[in-house]
Amino acid sequence: MNLTTRRTRLAAGALAAITAVGGLAACSSDDSPAEGEKPAKLVVDTFGEFGYDDLVKEYEQQTGIKVELRKTAQLGDYRPKLVRYLATGKGAADVTALEEGILNEFKANPGNWVDLTPLVADHSKEYLPWKWELGKATDGNKLIGLPTDVGSLAVCYRKDLFQAAGLPTERDEVAALWPDWNGYHQAGQKYKQATGKAFVDSITAVSNGVLFQQGSDLFYDKENNVIADSSPAVRTAWDTATSMVDISAKATTWSPEWFGGFKQGTFATTFCPSWMLGIVQENSGEENKGKWDVATVPGGGGNWGGSWLAVPEQSKYPAEAAKLAEFLTNATSQVAAFKKSGPLPTNLEALKNEDFLTYTNEYFSNAPTGKIFGEVVEKIQPVHLGPKHQAVKENAYEPAMRAFEGGQATKEKAWEQFTKDAVTQGAF
Amino acid sequence: MSLSATTAPPSPAPPPPDTAPRRRGSLLNRLDIKYSPYLYIAPFFLIFGVFQLYPMTRTFWMSLHDWDMIGEHTFIGFDNYTALISDEYFWNALVNTFGIFALSTIPQLLLALFLANLLNRTMLRAKTFFRMAIFVPNVVSVAAVAIVFGMLFQRDFGLFNWLLSTVGVDPIDWRNQTWSSWTAIATMVNWRWTGYNTLILLAGMQAIPKDLYEAAAIDGASQWRQFWRITLPMLRPTFLFVVILSTIGGMQLFTEPLLFANGSVIGGNQREFQTLAMYMFEKGIYNLSTAGYGAAVAWAIFMIIILVSLVNFLLVRRSAK
Repeated sequence: MNLTTRRTRLAAGALAAITAVGGLAACSSDDSPAEGEKPAKLVVDTFGEFGYDDLVKEYEQQTGIKVELRKTAQLGDYRPKLVRYLATGKGAADVTALEEGILNEFKANPGNWVDLTPLVADHSKEYLPWKWELGKATDGNKLIGLPTDVGSLAVCYRKDLFQAAGLPTERDEVAALWPDWNGYHQAGQKYKQATGKAFVDSITAVSNGVLFQQGSDLFYDKENNVIADSSPAVRTAWDTATSMVDISAKATTWSPEWFGGFKQGTFATTFCPSWMLGIVQENSGEENKGKWDVATVPGGGGNWGGSWLAVPEQSKYPAEAAKLAEFLTNATSQVAAFKKSGPLPTNLEALKNEDFLTYTNEYFSNAPTGKIFGEVVEKIQPVHLGPKHQAVKENAYEPAMRAFEGGQATKEKAWEQFTKDAVTQGAF
Repeated sequence: MSLSATTAPPSPAPPPPDTAPRRRGSLLNRLDIKYSPYLYIAPFFLIFGVFQLYPMTRTFWMSLHDWDMIGEHTFIGFDNYTALISDEYFWNALVNTFGIFALSTIPQLLLALFLANLLNRTMLRAKTFFRMAIFVPNVVSVAAVAIVFGMLFQRDFGLFNWLLSTVGVDPIDWRNQTWSSWTAIATMVNWRWTGYNTLILLAGMQAIPKDLYEAAAIDGASQWRQFWRITLPMLRPTFLFVVILSTIGGMQLFTEPLLFANGSVIGGNQREFQTLAMYMFEKGIYNLSTAGYGAAVAWAIFMIIILVSLVNFLLVRRSAK
């Protein structure tokens, strides 16, 4: 699902500004159940759009258990709520969605979560193997989350702007422009020469693409030591991204400049996980319908975002909650959710489903997004993200890169800033 | 934790000494006289205890621990505080906070003084309208203000950069430099609070006896001289009040810089405008495992506000002599 969006952050900020402690905790019913009794109601907490509305109704009919779907629009509001539930031991839903970026820090305290292994059938072979592994606690014994979706990665590009710059516009030819990042850079320089305008929204967007397609450790090694300054994958992403400063619009993802850039055509390409398509569409507006298209990403793979469903230890019905999570993540449900709201399946069977593979997106020039993203999904390299991955990336890595991009620091100084801050941000 | 400096009201006068009871059954009466005053003031202390005292002491308790918000807590004494003293980003936040505070408070109070003086003129028409109008910005939600100004201060499509471009100035990346980001944030604060301070100063001016001005006018003092010799000295208590309020507000500045940074807790790529409150938020809430350290930052802010208020108080006492 979606990572932090700008509005998320604005809302989070606004929320934080009025930090009224407590008082809002929505409590689930307090009467404790008798042994083996069927629950009257199960609560599911999700953020963004998981596409579960119809599935939940179906489950109610099948089992007679009422399911309450609590949606929080944005991850930035969702995380503090979840923290409060866990810190006070009260209020958490029976089934709780955890996003890739926040999963690790919540996994760091496995005691908060129910071990699903004895409660569900063995599904370990049915999902993308790396995705399944990430749902386990750090020690590898406890199964905390069942996989929902994955971000995957593609390039969204403006056909009309490409044409004006004399670049090819068909998605296969466009993909052929950039088998690797070098090709992407060259295409960008060509575009810039022809139009004088920027090619990509920002170098941090490029870095996002490179970071996750190498399949090796990023800011942490397998033992969760911070290796930011010596990690080859990080260095590669850093070097690739910083080399493209000449074709960058310097519009930070989720900033007003970035949102405005879609309508103004400030940049001709951006990196799109599956869930990003809706955001590109919303910000480009109806007048740009059919001007965007989707091509494969340089280097072939990549991922950005994705979630799991977990059962908090405080749930009164862990067994029933686990069954519900199992239902929501099975192949049929994942295809249904994709068709409803777009989260990309992680279940291997769902990824081969005919409905999924033939789906086309009208706004993006009828691009077969199911097929494009589906192909990338299988190439995604499993990456070990440490407990504070998100904090290191958001508060050390990307700010330093932007400081270079904006001319505040030289490349060396920026790298120094990053490696220094990574130590503080990465400590846990 | 709440940072407002609340002082307890003076304790109630002791109940009058018990003269010989006129009637039996006056026990209730005696209890009433003796204890009901405490009952009357109890709501304040209850609310103060629950919403101020408890969070404060709890925050202090947290600051003595290595406190994971959703995990374990280990007692470590004053280690968080010693770490704070050598924490470069804490000092950076402190400098930012005072910088933005100076940029927002000084021009704001001067402008408020000027406006209050204008509104205080007897011959001004539509007085009530102007007084209402000047207060309107304060009613607008702070988040809305920050979002709108954030757009005005955009690099690519912002209004201010467009205005600058009409006089041939290159677009400024407001968020990328210390001076420009401080200016932008101070502008938001000024826009929102100038009217409020104007009204308070105006109220102070209207409490000055008119005959002072009349006497001065008869003696031939100009308007300007009247302002310097009568208005300003008589306004001092009001001014002190306004300064202390601005200080507390300035030390707690949070929403404007956070939203200006598009929600990033570090406030700028190189922490150009991360304030103390943002640093507390980064350590105490954003980062789950350093909640104890965040609590220490919160207490540091509290101490700084006390210190600044004390300096204010001493300065005023000296100048009053």
